[in-house]
Amino acid sequence: MHPILKLVAQRLALGILLLFAASALIFGLTEILPGDAAQAQLGQTATPENLANLREEMGLNRPALTRYTEWVGGMMTGDMGNALSNKLPIGEQIGKRMSATLFLAFWAALISVPFAILLGLLAVRYLNRWPDKLISGVTLASISLPEFMLAYILIFIFSVTLGWAPSFANIPPGMPLLEKLHSISLPIAVLTMVVLAHMMRMTRAAILNVMQSAYIETAELKGLSTFEVIRKHAFPNAIAPIVNVVMINLAYLVVGVVVVEAVFAYPGMGQYLVDAVVKRDVPVVLTSGVIFSAIYIILNMVADIVSILSNPRLRHPK
Amino acid sequence: MSTPLLSVRGLKIGATIYPPDAKPHDIEIVHGVDFEVEAGKVLGLIGESGAGKSTIGLAAMAYGRGGVKLTGGEVFVNGRDVLQSSRSDIRKLRGAEVTYVSQSAAASFNPAKKIMEQVIEAAVSQGKFSKADAEARAIDLFRKLDLPEPETIGNRFPHQVSGGQLQRCMTVLALCPEPDLVVFDEPTTALDVTTQIDVLKAIKEAIRDTGVAALYITHDLAVVAQVSDHIMVLRQGEMVEYGTADQIINQPKEEYTKALVSVRSINHVEKKPEGEPLLRVENITARYRGTKFDVLKNINVELHEGQTLAVVGESGSGKSTLARVITGLLPAKEGHVHFAGRDLSPDLASRSGDDLRELQMIYQMADTAMNPRQTVGTIIGRPIEFYFGLKGAEKQKRVKELLDEIEMGDGFIDRYPAELSGGQKQRVCIARALAAKPKLIICDEVTSALDPLVADGILKLLLDLQKIEDVAYLFITHDIATVRAIADSIAVMYQGEVARYGGKTDVLSPPFDDYTDLLLSSVPEMKLGWLESVIATRKMTSGGN
Repeated sequence: MHPILKLVAQRLALGILLLFAASALIFGLTEILPGDAAQAQLGQTATPENLANLREEMGLNRPALTRYTEWVGGMMTGDMGNALSNKLPIGEQIGKRMSATLFLAFWAALISVPFAILLGLLAVRYLNRWPDKLISGVTLASISLPEFMLAYILIFIFSVTLGWAPSFANIPPGMPLLEKLHSISLPIAVLTMVVLAHMMRMTRAAILNVMQSAYIETAELKGLSTFEVIRKHAFPNAIAPIVNVVMINLAYLVVGVVVVEAVFAYPGMGQYLVDAVVKRDVPVVLTSGVIFSAIYIILNMVADIVSILSNPRLRHPK
Repeated sequence: MSTPLLSVRGLKIGATIYPPDAKPHDIEIVHGVDFEVEAGKVLGLIGESGAGKSTIGLAAMAYGRGGVKLTGGEVFVNGRDVLQSSRSDIRKLRGAEVTYVSQSAAASFNPAKKIMEQVIEAAVSQGKFSKADAEARAIDLFRKLDLPEPETIGNRFPHQVSGGQLQRCMTVLALCPEPDLVVFDEPTTALDVTTQIDVLKAIKEAIRDTGVAALYITHDLAVVAQVSDHIMVLRQGEMVEYGTADQIINQPKEEYTKALVSVRSINHVEKKPEGEPLLRVENITARYRGTKFDVLKNINVELHEGQTLAVVGESGSGKSTLARVITGLLPAKEGHVHFAGRDLSPDLASRSGDDLRELQMIYQMADTAMNPRQTVGTIIGRPIEFYFGLKGAEKQKRVKELLDEIEMGDGFIDRYPAELSGGQKQRVCIARALAAKPKLIICDEVTSALDPLVADGILKLLLDLQKIEDVAYLFITHDIATVRAIADSIAVMYQGEVARYGGKTDVLSPPFDDYTDLLLSSVPEMKLGWLESVIATRKMTSGGN
């Protein structure tokens, strides 16, 4: 078997194992939390009797292990079950929410990744001169601000003062693409600013590291221009670390949007998950958690495979 | 007389240094050097490390490595002063008129790109040849440099060819744009001696056939004598002597040149083995974990007290692995190591304190073998305290004794490794090994990273210390001259086996086995025409390089 196929198979198997571990961990943690779905639903009006009835109805009286295995069994057959709080099928809900989140993450990634790498290349090209310092300064400043601060600053400038973009990101079905993009332009901007610095700094560092190599000197002595040296000789050897940091940030774009979605009242996974935690809706929390874990695991696997493919020593053994 | 191709006048080169506890300041490393190279001629630049030879070579391409700055003088290439040229003019010069061959082709090729792509890059991007013409030219040069499969070798990645082959590919890279001048910077220094000879021959023929001029930079006078028309001897950024190759080799005028020509003045008389050996390596076979290949096959050697066994061979022959087995770093698969009348446990962890103390090591890279944040006194004092429990004044006294023995004196006690020269660092490592009062010291290529004159001093010191301390050396080296200088007995290793073993005189006298003959005949000799005569008479050629 080809070594790369073997690696993918190994990582997939390990990934599935990790998903089980993650789901068990999430389930265990939700069990430790005080209160449950019944209490959350009844709130102040709870009496011991109707609490017991509701628990019975929700099936919360059965042992934890039974509930967990039931959920695992359902997942294995593709049935995500129903939410405890509103009885709606989880699969359908998550489908809608997830596509909204992915839509946002996709456009944020499409803008931030090439932009970050380009800025990284420029920073190396003008190393320690003003463009480098400017790029580093601005991106570091934007990463240092909390996301909600950034979001409110942008809303203040572009929605309230200039009136260019809506502060309320809503994408009802049937909306034309351009209008959708206009609607989510501010969340995209916030997400881009948050992930930009990390990817740009890593690109810069990875390329600088490669720039110390003797083959960079060879390229310079061939009379290539600095940008050609970076693009043709440094960048191909810096792909592995860059891809790794890009993937971590992509995962963050999907998983870490909770705050941004909340600020812009965007109907994505983040809000859904927050709601579910408040309502102690364990099946929803579990399912969302496992999907987020799967995204992390898959993106990391892609990063590893790309790293290997970018290394000719592994691609073409002796 | 026509204008020379390269004309350097009053070249001064400086650099900014950053000492650990002082302000950064500028120093001058080349103090006004003049020379000329005519079209089609080869000038050898020779000197020890720090002489400024590479720096001067790169100045012909208006390039300063690291923080090096070209601060004064003129460098005319084809009649234009490149130090006054614009950046874009300098770019047009590099890779077109002047090209460069570095010491380590392995590091100088981009690992992510195929060889052909890199070889023709300069020729194509400088507009000298079309892609197709450049490729045809490269294939022709691959053939000229005796590379295997010249039509397809360019499709390989750098890691898919051997070190010697890659060094020849680098020469092709330099010749492909049809330059007027090639700067060869120690192109054979990193190669095994048997590979060096083939690469040297290929380079020499390529220079002759293409009519290109060359600056040939090396620290090895015997090598430069084979390829140069003229030689310039440099020392600490200044010219010592300039002349034809014949004059420099056969009638050197300056004292420094004479010292370089006659280096390795040690005349060590072989000691005969008597009585029980101190170290007996019996039927040792070893392999690295997770591999299915024996790197050592049935090794048997002996070493007597106060004597030196030289283990000589090329890289990959298993010499350092033998040291790892003896020290217990790599437990042997089969066989025993007897030492000082006892059987050593194969595994380091189960050896006694005395086993560890009596067997010390000195390494090739003194730099990396010392903690840069400890002073010389701490470094040497550590084994004294560890093995003998001496503290305070007693320890200091012993440290001073050892510093005396290595001819450095107690003024060095508070210095850090970074404040020592290469030779001094290696001396400190020797003192640290001696501090344990060992019976055997394994010296792994201890002089390979040093300049010839400095290495000579270290070898003399080791021989003197052997007389005083009665310590035995297992001396691992690839350098036959070192072996001649220091050994009592010799084991020639080849592909994990001992190819030849015995007293020094016997091993180095004919009749030879084929491998020993190849090894001995490959060592460059300090005479003109040696390369041609040895190529004509060799029985065996180096395998696959």
